[in-house]
Amino acid sequence: MATINLTVNGKKQSVDIDPATPVLWVLRDHLNLVGTKYGCGMAQCGACTIHLDGKAMRSCVLPVSSVGAQEITTIEGLSEKGDHPVQKAWLEHDVPQCGYCQAGQIMNAAGLLNENPSPSDDQIETAMNGNICRCGTYLRIKAAIKTATQSNS
Amino acid sequence: MTAVKNTIDRRSFLKVSALAGGGMMLSFSWLAGCKPTPDEVLALPKEWFELNSYIKIGENGVVTLMSANPEFGSNVKTSMPMILADELDVDWKNVIVQQADFFPERFDRQFTGGSQGIRQGWKPLRTAGATARQMLVNAAAQTWNVPANEITTEAGMLFHKASSKQAGYGEMASIAAKLEVPKDVPVKEIKDFKVIGNSKKNVDGANIVTGKPLFTMDYKQEGMLIAMIVHPPAFGLKVKSVDDASVRTMPGIKDVFVIQTLADDYERNGFDTTTFTELVVVAGTSTWEVLNAKKALRVEWEKITDKNIIVAGRGGTQTVTIPAGLESTISHNAKMAEMNKKPANVLRKDGNPEAAFKKAAKVLERTYTAPFLAHNCMEPVNCFAHVTADKAEIRGPIQAPEFIMQALTARLGMPREKISIKLERMGGGFGQRAYGHHLVEAAVISQKLNAPVKMMYTREDDMTYGIYRPTYTATYRAALDENNNLIAFHVKGGGIPEHPVAANRFPAGAVDNYLAEGWQINSNITIGAFRAPRSNFIGGAEQSFLDELAELADKDPIEFRLELLQRAKDKPVGENNDYDADRYAGVLKLVREKSNWGNQSGNRGVAAYFCHNTYVAEVVDLEIKNNQPIVQKVVAAVDCGIVINPDAAINMGEGGIVDGIGNALYGELTFLDGVPEKNNFHQYRMIRQKEAPKAIEIHFVKNEHDPTGLGEPLFPPVFAAVANALYKVKGKRYYQQPFLKEDISLG
Repeated sequence: MATINLTVNGKKQSVDIDPATPVLWVLRDHLNLVGTKYGCGMAQCGACTIHLDGKAMRSCVLPVSSVGAQEITTIEGLSEKGDHPVQKAWLEHDVPQCGYCQAGQIMNAAGLLNENPSPSDDQIETAMNGNICRCGTYLRIKAAIKTATQSNS
Repeated sequence: MTAVKNTIDRRSFLKVSALAGGGMMLSFSWLAGCKPTPDEVLALPKEWFELNSYIKIGENGVVTLMSANPEFGSNVKTSMPMILADELDVDWKNVIVQQADFFPERFDRQFTGGSQGIRQGWKPLRTAGATARQMLVNAAAQTWNVPANEITTEAGMLFHKASSKQAGYGEMASIAAKLEVPKDVPVKEIKDFKVIGNSKKNVDGANIVTGKPLFTMDYKQEGMLIAMIVHPPAFGLKVKSVDDASVRTMPGIKDVFVIQTLADDYERNGFDTTTFTELVVVAGTSTWEVLNAKKALRVEWEKITDKNIIVAGRGGTQTVTIPAGLESTISHNAKMAEMNKKPANVLRKDGNPEAAFKKAAKVLERTYTAPFLAHNCMEPVNCFAHVTADKAEIRGPIQAPEFIMQALTARLGMPREKISIKLERMGGGFGQRAYGHHLVEAAVISQKLNAPVKMMYTREDDMTYGIYRPTYTATYRAALDENNNLIAFHVKGGGIPEHPVAANRFPAGAVDNYLAEGWQINSNITIGAFRAPRSNFIGGAEQSFLDELAELADKDPIEFRLELLQRAKDKPVGENNDYDADRYAGVLKLVREKSNWGNQSGNRGVAAYFCHNTYVAEVVDLEIKNNQPIVQKVVAAVDCGIVINPDAAINMGEGGIVDGIGNALYGELTFLDGVPEKNNFHQYRMIRQKEAPKAIEIHFVKNEHDPTGLGEPLFPPVFAAVANALYKVKGKRYYQQPFLKEDISLG
């Protein structure tokens, strides 16, 4: 066990925990931030995507000890009022079916736009390829990202 | 106005339940973001008045509509209340939708599956909405002392033109709630629908995109323990012994024990599974600690012996043998090929097929196969339970709560009124969550630990637990005469452990000489419903075969099908043909028009299918890039009658198409000595963003038929449309799913 200091959604947090614990379970079990989802536990599905200093990361294989001073952002902290351009675009396109993967999809998409404000179709497909949507909402995800891109520029 | 002929037996939902009372206060924790337009702030009512099980109206006119069916992503939580709202005649923006708990005394059919939600909800929901509206009209008539038939309504308001009186529903709700429930209230004319047919956004959309805790996996409460299971690594094994000495002392671990979920002599219903009824359980305080302990646990396994269980089903109670043995895909395939050569159970026979085959000018025979498939819902199996001496509280992702009540009552030793089930939003279902074994497991674990428990599977547990789509095969034979007329048709299908043949479906009825046969092989690998059960294989096989047959007959594949449908309409063969030839032909004609079929070159395949009460035809345009098939466009024509929520219907249809392409190309689970050979997404290939079609167009046939469902029907034909398009690229036919197992390179 070790005391780990984190900044999550702009808030300083301290957890006493096994340092090998993946950030996913720190968020879900210890910080009550359950928007970040468990899907595979091996960085294969993207449901657990968060931001580390604005960059999309899979939290299910990220030991909490490796975070250091980097700021964690989760779906709960992506925007104050749920009005990040990606979230707004998701609502406009009514993307979700079951909804379980969507927080990860949104965080991954927001991470993409942080790095590349106007991605091409190919770049969107490549960036989003690690996020599985079992319901098959891929076309709406892509359309929503394109809408968010426009509202970004 | 049209009177709905009420065919439902129970009308309990029209009565106000004594349990609920008249004016009831609700907690508002669920309210934020649950509204269709979350940025609008509605003033909350001080008091709610319940008009029936589905409808509560606040004194200020705000309306709560209950969504009775569990939501697994098909959007019933939005679409079904839309039916209520339309008949009630309220403005959708004043509506709050609330998920109902499992409450069979109040709601008619709390089951999500079989694409039946909208279809079977249609009349009861219209009746509930129209009856509540009539009660408000009657309340106004009584209050204003005017005839009820002179009162009109619009968007939550009541009007009496002659006296210039008007009132909001909220003002009349308290009076209406006390009135007798009127009988046989007429419902709206279709032309008068205002909500139905106009797209409404997912009522949970804002909660989903902001990461609110909507799923059972997200639920927690004070003192709750985390439990995980360890199940046998292979079908055909069971627990022999557990070495938990080192695990018990690991940090955060509370207990390790073995549970038996269902007794051997328990009489199962069709939804009680037989998979791994003995499980090792590890329980602790946090997920990570329990995961580590689960990995460290040493369990010795032993082979099962043949076991008989009793299952009550449609055909009465029967004894089923679960065979011992460690099964492998190679031996499955060999056994299936052998069975396929033998005569099987005749399911339907018209005319004299064998005589017709003998005099045929051309005969085509082809065999199709498909593997087991895992559902792979994104939310792994999990369930919350808190069982005490006098009650059991359960929350879980469950499509069919009713079907697990028998097992829960038997296993917990409690009458059903002491067991409550909250229907949480499911992170996918696809048929897997119709089987409530996880509710029993969580309840038994909670009972043992005497604590609230959230039991969760890892992805590996979920993928290797069974309840799979069965492996299937089907051999088709067809005979053409010298004029290329279809004179005989024979399908023989089988599978492990069920056959996929639907004997009365097209082209039955369109051929004078027809034979359908089925066979099955028993197995200890468990199966269950998977999006469009049986159709998900046989639809693709049949439609691939018809494509090849059309080619042999030198006919356009759409024209060929239309000719057969015309025959089925003009002079149907046999009885019990379970399709409407006109509606079937209608989707083919619509897809022909919308896809510009015949005028567009390229690698295109077409397929059509009717299942789950909805007609679908699809055209797939496909290219090969970097040796991978990429679907450029899918055009679908759908006849599901009245479309309730068009954009959500399109979303559902897109999902079925994407899922179909994924499973046609990549979906497969194989076994070696009883062990599933894939256990997570690094091995099990799922369709991803790059492989999704670049465009999907869905067109609905416009008519006034009662609505039918969309969760399943768009799925089966895609398999064939993809196979038929691949044939255009490669010049070879694809008979074995997944198609990407075979050489796909352009060469």
